[in-house]
Amino acid sequence: MMGDLTQYFDYVLMAMLLAVGVAVIRLRNLFAIVMLTGVYSLLSAAWFTSLDALDVGFTEAAVGAGISTVLLLAAMLLTSRECDKVSVSRHWAALAVCVAAGAVLLYALPDMPVYGSPDTPVNAGVGMEYMDRTADDLKKIPNVVTAVLGSYRGFDTMGEVFVVFAAGVGVALLMGLSGRRREEDE
Amino acid sequence: MLEMLSERFVYVVIIVLMMTGLYALIATGNLVKRMVGLTIFQTSVFLLYITMGKVFGGVPPILDYKDLSNGTLDPNQLYSNPLPHVLILTAIVVGVATLAMGLALVVRIREAYGTIEDDAISEADYSLELEKGV
Amino acid sequence: MSAHLILRVVAKLLIPLILIFGFYVHFHAKYAPGGAFQAGVILASALILYALIFGMDAARKAVPPWAARVVLALGAFIFAAVGFVSLFFGENFLDYNVLLPTDYRAQYLGIILVEIGVLMTVTAVIIAIFYAFAGRSPEITDEDW
Repeated sequence: MMGDLTQYFDYVLMAMLLAVGVAVIRLRNLFAIVMLTGVYSLLSAAWFTSLDALDVGFTEAAVGAGISTVLLLAAMLLTSRECDKVSVSRHWAALAVCVAAGAVLLYALPDMPVYGSPDTPVNAGVGMEYMDRTADDLKKIPNVVTAVLGSYRGFDTMGEVFVVFAAGVGVALLMGLSGRRREEDE
Repeated sequence: MLEMLSERFVYVVIIVLMMTGLYALIATGNLVKRMVGLTIFQTSVFLLYITMGKVFGGVPPILDYKDLSNGTLDPNQLYSNPLPHVLILTAIVVGVATLAMGLALVVRIREAYGTIEDDAISEADYSLELEKGV
Repeated sequence: MSAHLILRVVAKLLIPLILIFGFYVHFHAKYAPGGAFQAGVILASALILYALIFGMDAARKAVPPWAARVVLALGAFIFAAVGFVSLFFGENFLDYNVLLPTDYRAQYLGIILVEIGVLMTVTAVIIAIFYAFAGRSPEITDEDW
């Protein structure tokens, strides 16, 4: 099995992500939780970059670590700063659900493609075809991700844009169209 | 068995990360913390997709501009799979839009009930029903 | 607000750079990592920084909420309109080849048009969402800093 230098990054980042995840579960101060979510996003952005997904890492750093944190902070300011303690039975219930769901997912593990191999069904199919076709069809666009996003899968992207549009309209309708402070509205 | 696990170890860890998010989602009554759990779960799913598209010895799916213009691309150059990148790139932006939607609902719930703990919300609903005499 | 002199000076220096970086990410996306989704978020974050430092009223003067709502709809409209133009010329939905005689140039133009639509929608949605949340936030007192 051929290795790759980036595998060493994988282990470091996995350990850090797990530590942050466990800390989020254990903490009850919402400010700390929100900031750790930003850390989690930034760590996964670093991992995306080491996995050759530069565009995704870029997006995750800008959106996940930036905008999500701002939104969660704003929501936290408007609601509460602390979580209430939850009963022990709830922890056991959560543990049972997670163990069951995790066991089901792990049962499917042998069917997953081998990590990093170039001839798995994932990497031998349509995805790699885009690499060859972009050079022939589009000639002047070296970034294949942009080519697939804008041209080959433009319809997908249109759907996503309309979801974003709908979410923007939905938030505006829920929180007031004017964007003004409530005292001024009433 | 051991070889199977060592070749797919990264997926095992990502499944554990997903379950961390799910645990944070269930083991709390606080709605903001629930959205945080959902975000962690979601990011872990993104990681699952991107790790599948990784090719060892490959480079990011960006062609060399000079070689592209001259038509001298190296056919043996390995690239990571661009398709998961495209799917996840848009999913991240949709994810933040839906997160904003959920948080807007949480803020409205707080304004209506004065709390964002789900037990207290059920309690308030229950006493309201009793008052109405339904 | 006058207490945060360093923040104000640094923000004034940074905001134009953030905007230029956002446009660079958008228009250079065909050659380097980047794209309309990321660029939209970066442009919106420039306004968020402006609002955090100079207050919501100044931000609302710079980009009025109605403008965000118009651009939000316009971006999605541009994307769909490009699709319907191809449909109108008897091709498949979002088939850019009808836009220009040379195929790869038509694809290039189509991607540029579509990306402008995406940029407008994403920027405006993030700004609109930020306005919706920040419009309700209690002002942060100096003790909270």
